[in-house]
Amino acid sequence: MADVTLRKVIKRYDEVEAVRGIDLDIADHEFVVLVGPSGCGKSTTLRMIAGLEDITDGDIMIGGDVVNDVPPKDRDIAMVFQNYALYPHMTVAENMSFGLRLKRFPKAEIKMRVDEAARMLDIAELIDRKPKQLSGGQRQRVAMGRAIVRHPKVFLFDEPLSNLDAKLRVQMRIEIKKVHQKVRTTTVYVTHDQVEAMTLADRVVVMNHGRIEQIGTPNDLYHNPATRFVAGFIGSPAMNFVPCRLEDVAGKLHIRLTDRIAFPLPPKRAARYQGVARNEKMLLGLRPEHIAEAKAHPQPGVEAFDTVLDVTEPMGMETLIYFTLEGAQICGRVNPNAGAHDGAPMRLAVDLNNMHLLNEVTGVVL
Amino acid sequence: MASTVVISKGAPTRTVKYGSMSRDRIWALRWSYFFLALFAIFSLVPPLYMLITSLKSSAEISAATNPWWVFHPTLENYISLLTSNQFLRFFWNSAWVSIVVVTITMLISVPAAFALARMRFWGSATLATGVFLTYLIPDSLLFIPLFKMFAVVGDWTGIQLINRWYVLLLIYPTLTVPFCTWIMIGYFASIPKELDEAAIIDGASWFQTLTRIFIPVALPGLIAATIFAFTVSWAQFLYPLVFTTSTDQLVLPVGIITSLIKGDVFNWGQIMTGALLGAAPPLIIYAFLMDYYIAGLTAGATKG
Repeated sequence: MADVTLRKVIKRYDEVEAVRGIDLDIADHEFVVLVGPSGCGKSTTLRMIAGLEDITDGDIMIGGDVVNDVPPKDRDIAMVFQNYALYPHMTVAENMSFGLRLKRFPKAEIKMRVDEAARMLDIAELIDRKPKQLSGGQRQRVAMGRAIVRHPKVFLFDEPLSNLDAKLRVQMRIEIKKVHQKVRTTTVYVTHDQVEAMTLADRVVVMNHGRIEQIGTPNDLYHNPATRFVAGFIGSPAMNFVPCRLEDVAGKLHIRLTDRIAFPLPPKRAARYQGVARNEKMLLGLRPEHIAEAKAHPQPGVEAFDTVLDVTEPMGMETLIYFTLEGAQICGRVNPNAGAHDGAPMRLAVDLNNMHLLNEVTGVVL
Repeated sequence: MASTVVISKGAPTRTVKYGSMSRDRIWALRWSYFFLALFAIFSLVPPLYMLITSLKSSAEISAATNPWWVFHPTLENYISLLTSNQFLRFFWNSAWVSIVVVTITMLISVPAAFALARMRFWGSATLATGVFLTYLIPDSLLFIPLFKMFAVVGDWTGIQLINRWYVLLLIYPTLTVPFCTWIMIGYFASIPKELDEAAIIDGASWFQTLTRIFIPVALPGLIAATIFAFTVSWAQFLYPLVFTTSTDQLVLPVGIITSLIKGDVFNWGQIMTGALLGAAPPLIIYAFLMDYYIAGLTAGATKG
């Protein structure tokens, strides 16, 4: 058990800077997920923690010790790979015990640990099989078992669920969470799937272009994104962005979307954006669930407007609607009984209590 | 009457009813069997002729009878060869040289291939290509300079290497090591990178990664390389012909030619028997290792 600290970590490959100075503190027992699009440096960061990549500059500490020049085997970490990386010529038990056997653990101890991990992962009856006789999900369990038996300071997961089909992925996600609840080992988990990040993490680290965009709890990132990238990356369907400008109408702060559509801001929001320049191009960020059918008795801060739908997607418990506003395609979520269908006119309402205002140039959420 | 009509109508529609795919497949099969038969005849006729001739007496070989039939089968050729100390000496020399050469080759080429495939170091890619290029130089060009080299070494150090069977232990690896290294580089390169990374994180040293992960996983490649090295050293003719001359130093292929052809007298029966007996060990080794080779291939061992 240990905390992991990264201080100004840089990774440069010849001319390309894959990781551009990362600072990250991961507490003991914490489950941290690094998430971002491909090429954002998340896997490189994980591999640097593992010791599989040298760091160009900065410091990595595990349990308070700087491990920059410590070989992987002496870092006391365990890693689960995307393609499982099981040893094909060994049985499940041999795969799981390989590390312990190399360290010359007593046989009884090895057997005890393997049995314990196999029970925990529900693979006890597969213990004598070879990897090729296992399904993808079972292989991934074995790969996790191989990590668990080592009782390492830190677990590292490199997109472990990407090779599984959607249904199995959901199941394994829960499995990983259960394992973490039992063993409480500090975990760093890399994925490009924001749903995986949100569901698994104590804290999510959103990365982009080799930098950390934002660190926070899943709810924190969802409700208070710091940048346009985080706002657009977290949440599915993604947040809508509509060009807008602020203006004062009769002493009250309004947000104008089109020539036709302008809404007064609710008092809390108006106070927050008081200092923002008027009549400058801004972006309004609104999550789909804050665009819904207009109700007969509107709440304060919820403003109605009329539009014509382009496309609707019935999902069963809700219907996703798409329409165009100022050239931007907007997604909303309405009740399946609200009468939304392709090409129909509809009266919608936006909940401005949950709006975000973004600087269009810098992408910073104000 | 009615029922027979039904059957005779039903039967042809059922037999013809194999879509276009299976019709293609049948033709593909016919062609493959045709060529398979052609190649089988082509490659099996010479050993068959050897077998037939080895069972004949010298008199029957020179008689003007059907050469493809044995009228008076005899084992006299086998008996005289297998009781001849000279022939057994050739056999022993060949076996000893081949086994040692295979061992030397594997001890050099497997670690070399591992280093070239996995430990990225300065110039490793160039070196890997260089290894292959050395194999492309025909060995028939090299025997004169090599002979000269060993002669010079003999003059300078007094270590006599020419006309000693163990000189072959130095020469054959120059033929086998480059190619075996090349084969093994290919096999090692096909092993996913994550496998050695997993081993490294599990605490394995480079040497343990090689012996406990790479060698078992690349076993089919290792067997292919072993078969190649054995075949090269067992069947090599030019080098032993040049470098060894005394009868007690000869290996089997050269020994058969030098001892069984006396001037213009060809002892065909014994030559054929000797060739057949000489072909047996590689055949046995192939038969034995092929099972592992194919089993290893079909297991898809490298897919994690």
